[in-house]
Amino acid sequence: MKDIALHILDIAQNSISAGSNKIFIEISENPEEDKLILTIIDNGRGMDKEKVLKVTDPWFTTRTTRKVGMGIPLLKHNAEQAGGAFFISSAPGEGTRLTAIFGLSHIDRPPFGDIPGVVSLLAGANPSLDFIYRYSEGEREYIFDTREIKEVLEDVPLSEPAVIRYMKEMLEENLKIFSENPIIPRQTK
Amino acid sequence: MNKVKSLADLKKMKDQLKSNISLREKSENPEGIVQVKVAMATCGIASGAKDVMDFMVTNLEKRNIDAIVTQTGCMGYCYAEPTIEVTLPGQDPVVYGFVDLKKADEIIEKYIKQGELVDGIIPVNYETIDKK
Repeated sequence: MKDIALHILDIAQNSISAGSNKIFIEISENPEEDKLILTIIDNGRGMDKEKVLKVTDPWFTTRTTRKVGMGIPLLKHNAEQAGGAFFISSAPGEGTRLTAIFGLSHIDRPPFGDIPGVVSLLAGANPSLDFIYRYSEGEREYIFDTREIKEVLEDVPLSEPAVIRYMKEMLEENLKIFSENPIIPRQTK
Repeated sequence: MNKVKSLADLKKMKDQLKSNISLREKSENPEGIVQVKVAMATCGIASGAKDVMDFMVTNLEKRNIDAIVTQTGCMGYCYAEPTIEVTLPGQDPVVYGFVDLKKADEIIEKYIKQGELVDGIIPVNYETIDKK
């Protein structure tokens, strides 16, 4: 996986297969502590203790079309390689919560990648599910919520190509505000 | 500087979108939609399935083809990722492997537009590991 956006696309697929109808994705940048935290919370069917322990094992997968499952092991590896950590917690019927922490300025931290593209594709390809994407940097935040979009659009589906394009541009423009006005981290020395 | 896009602008677009959809529904039979499924499991994503899906969504719209692009899981053809499954109206699905942007373009122009088969089809009777 080349970047964080692709990890999100990949992990969200697990949530979708687990029967979630609401998937919360958050990237939180903390320049003060030099951390980047990716959190994904779904309301799918969840996993029992035994399964939770197994998901970071690449030789474990729930699918039957192949014998390996690399999604979570790759994310864990990338987080740990970038001076971070990986946590996953779940219980049957209670959904799953996954957190990957990266060193923000660590040389091995994967770049963000095309977050607007990924979030809009997920929303457009799964119009019956709700996606909430929250980006925060220190005190500032931006929240993208497909529930709000559906309210505005009424019976126009999110799978409409023009809507996918609009969602992508809306995310791009709103997230650009952050990258164009970065917070300068306090000198620790 | 341009104003940042917001939900309010989307509201203004809504009526236009609605009329586009109803126009389309009236002009063609409801079965006339092309379905494209992009395999989006870890294997697909790592091989560039996201770019292929972006390309499909953008270009089918640009070329005025009435299509739905969705994602699917791993079909067991990890060696041939990115793979896409194309279903033309009234026909059996066809799975294409090793789809890069050039191949995606060829699939739109030749298969979707003209119904002409393109190289790179994965036979449907291919056996996945659990069937062996």
